[in-house]
Amino acid sequence: MAMISNLVNENILPKLETAHNKHKDQKGILEVQDLSAWYRNTLAIKHITMTIQSQTITSIIGPSGCGKSTFIRCLNRLHEVSHCGRVEGCVLLDDKDIYARDVDPVVLRRRIGMVFQKPSPFPTMSIFDNVAAGLKLTQFWSKRWELEEVVEKSLRLAAIWDEVKDKLGQSGASLSGGQQQRLCIARAIAVEPEIILLDEPCSALDPASTLKIEDLMRNLAEQYTIVIVTHNMQQAARVSDMAAFFMMASDRAGELVEYGITSQIFTNPRDKRTEDYITGRFG
Amino acid sequence: MEIRTGFHKKLREIQDDILVMGSMVSKTIAWAIEALQNRDLKLAQQIINDDQKINNKRFEIEEKCVQLIATQQPMASDLRTIISVLNIITELERIGDYAEGNAKITIMIGNEPPLKPLIDIPLMAEKTIDMLNRSLDAFIKPDAESAKAIIAEDDYIDNLYDQVFRELLTFMAEDPKTITRATRLVWVAHNLERSADRVTNICERIIFIVEGKMEEISSSKY
Repeated sequence: MAMISNLVNENILPKLETAHNKHKDQKGILEVQDLSAWYRNTLAIKHITMTIQSQTITSIIGPSGCGKSTFIRCLNRLHEVSHCGRVEGCVLLDDKDIYARDVDPVVLRRRIGMVFQKPSPFPTMSIFDNVAAGLKLTQFWSKRWELEEVVEKSLRLAAIWDEVKDKLGQSGASLSGGQQQRLCIARAIAVEPEIILLDEPCSALDPASTLKIEDLMRNLAEQYTIVIVTHNMQQAARVSDMAAFFMMASDRAGELVEYGITSQIFTNPRDKRTEDYITGRFG
Repeated sequence: MEIRTGFHKKLREIQDDILVMGSMVSKTIAWAIEALQNRDLKLAQQIINDDQKINNKRFEIEEKCVQLIATQQPMASDLRTIISVLNIITELERIGDYAEGNAKITIMIGNEPPLKPLIDIPLMAEKTIDMLNRSLDAFIKPDAESAKAIIAEDDYIDNLYDQVFRELLTFMAEDPKTITRATRLVWVAHNLERSADRVTNICERIIFIVEGKMEEISSSKY
């Protein structure tokens, strides 16, 4: 364990310290300050405060119904699209509150992209058009070759280029589940976000596809800030730098119990509730 | 509501196995000194033959730990417990080897007349067995404070060893014909002193299980 602690200190802390020290120059730092969210009058999550550093992978773990998905949907203002969804508190993206009146949520969601549990390529569009969709909507291109360049770059970053380069004209729905999910990731990164939110991206995939997506996330974290909700604790342990454990409080609202370096959370958590959850003494 | 009952049941079985192995080792220490005191060569040979049972128990526990790690992906305190078990069984097995070593020395001494009545060596054995048994209690609870207290008691064993060594050195200096017998007794005392050191290593692992920190607390003189 001393060796593991040393490994953490050598490999993770410098990464986090570097990210922190450079944060004024780096994009993609999310500071969540006393965030609470409601569905109509029902409090879903309460008083969440945490900072997600740039170019790190943060996993959100916890039992069902504790507000994990609600939380990340608040990070790109998707929660307010839900029926009667509202929030209090603030979420600062590079020191600017995303809930400020002058912030356009659509523009925001280009900076903070999202990938959902069920792979959702646009079924009537080709693979190429799926990736290009966001670019076309935001008029982010002027020439066809610029579009092609971005599409190829995104598909390469999503580690699916070699599998689809000869069939870009085929429907996105013709791909396997794992490929579709990587296509969705390509679609998200085509508009050059700073942050990518993933809500259980692998829960509908087979183990091999899951490992590919996990590998992909590690590569993407060199350029993007990643937040992933997962029910799979082993996945959270494998893939993330930081882990946040959420739990339903007595008033049935989700709260943040513990947030820390992943290896520390999974080897020596500070809070007994975290310990009980990850050891299966409570679920 | 506990949801991993199967896994935790297997973990408790492993903890029980540690108690069984500890008990085997504890008895072996006691019997080895009894064999030495009584010049019981048959008992000494039995101890040597039975050392393989301790080794086999170690491998049995190790296999169970490996299976649990592979199939259950333990986390947090469960992970620390299993990792510590893998270390503790090594320490217990080595203590068993020291006791076997003392049994072999008994056979080497054979029917030679004793240099002097054994007083300090049986005291060392008694104290070592007491420390070992209490460390196993501390492991089951788990209890870091008891473990820390046991570590501090290692000084008593070290002081007894000093005493034995000085006394036997005096014998050797006064009568070179006693060198062989005295040296063998020094080895017996040394094996007991090393056994106590291994018990303190077990206690460090218990502290690790409870507090999540691994550090060398014991600092034996030898």
